[in-house]
Amino acid sequence: MSPEPGSSSRTDRTRAALDPMVPRIYSVERIRRNNHDTFTLKLNPADGGKPDPFSAGQFNMLYIFGVGEIPVSISGDPAGDGALMHTIREVGTVTRAMARLKPGNSIGVRGPFGSHWPLETAVGSDVVIVAGGIGLAPLRPVIYQVTANRSRYGRMILLYGARAPKEILYRRQLKAWGGAFDMDVHVTVDRGERDWNGEIGVVTGLIRRAPLDRRGAIALICGPEIMMRFSAQELLRRGMDKDRIYVSMERNMKCGVGLCGHCQYGTRIICRDGPVYRYDDIEPLLGRREV
Amino acid sequence: MADTLENLKSDLLQAPFCEGLSKEHLEILLGCAHEERILKGRFLFHEGATADEFYIIVSGRVGLELDCPNRGGLGIQTCGAGDVVGTSWVIAPFLWRFDAKVLEDSRLLSMDAAILRERCRVDPVFGYAMLERIAQVKAERLDAARLQLLDLYGNPEEGKHVARTRIK
Repeated sequence: MSPEPGSSSRTDRTRAALDPMVPRIYSVERIRRNNHDTFTLKLNPADGGKPDPFSAGQFNMLYIFGVGEIPVSISGDPAGDGALMHTIREVGTVTRAMARLKPGNSIGVRGPFGSHWPLETAVGSDVVIVAGGIGLAPLRPVIYQVTANRSRYGRMILLYGARAPKEILYRRQLKAWGGAFDMDVHVTVDRGERDWNGEIGVVTGLIRRAPLDRRGAIALICGPEIMMRFSAQELLRRGMDKDRIYVSMERNMKCGVGLCGHCQYGTRIICRDGPVYRYDDIEPLLGRREV
Repeated sequence: MADTLENLKSDLLQAPFCEGLSKEHLEILLGCAHEERILKGRFLFHEGATADEFYIIVSGRVGLELDCPNRGGLGIQTCGAGDVVGTSWVIAPFLWRFDAKVLEDSRLLSMDAAILRERCRVDPVFGYAMLERIAQVKAERLDAARLQLLDLYGNPEEGKHVARTRIK
């Protein structure tokens, strides 16, 4: 297992004394467009073996040979023994090269790295997922895991904010999850369009109206840092405790094992003791300039 | 009649807008309130009309929008259960700034704002309690509008050379 959020122990990969710097070669099985600038890669090990097991919230370093390597959260089902899934947004040279991959092409994968969402701590509690934009991708494994073990958890609420209707991620899955009687799904967009009948407004507005069991619930937030800060503040206003709120931080991870310091954030090394943190562990650093 | 009054009172007590209000102030609000059930597609008010009422949503959804020539109503914000619709009743010149369209069949508490304004004027303590709550609503909406302006979910590379790749 990977470290619990906020712990400073090394990742499994390091402990296992495998060389975490050597990528395993995967083959692209499928690449699917999610919206105009986001796509999902489905990868299988080229050696015919199984993908490395991971926990919800962890990330891999994906390497396009000759172009570069980037950290990407895993967006598939942790319990599934199928392919590795990564949802990626085109924002730079490496991601643009990834978008041009074809089935059968090779890609290097190092990982999984980092801490994971506290799904063991959440057993018996309501689970409130707050996602913004592509921040839904690192939380999708949580949804898979909770829905697969539904009786172990209380109420499940997904609050998702996107920029515009056409940029909503996993649209079909959101509809399916929302149609399930045991999960509340609320989606809002910053900017509506004429044929959009859903909510318009920021995700904090959804938090304000969500049916929260403030003492028993656990909240998992992922999205742009400002969105996470405002969401956490709204959850606190709703009476949730800081130690029941978790956030996933994003920095430019390089080595993945806490050696290079590239993703240092104050006293934290995000790739090693993050990316998932309990809110009260990371709060003093949030919103501080030059950290 | 008694049931209706009790229902109104219960709905008012549950509204976040009324949280922390004294019993006397709740009674004033109750005296200005009545229940309305409005079907999807109807408008609560239109931009430019006199703002002589405001609403608290008990159930349903109401969208704030602006009409734009050749584009129709452009949605700005959706209000749901517990939300206040309409704050212009307390800000001169007391004219609606947006249209409010009922997006799904809704049950609302409709408040007679013309009377409330007068009560605010003669009873500054009640007036302050109202202004404090409307300021809270305004602050939340200003925060939301600022976050929307930041375009947090936007692609930093947008407009450069991104998303040219076609994936089958």
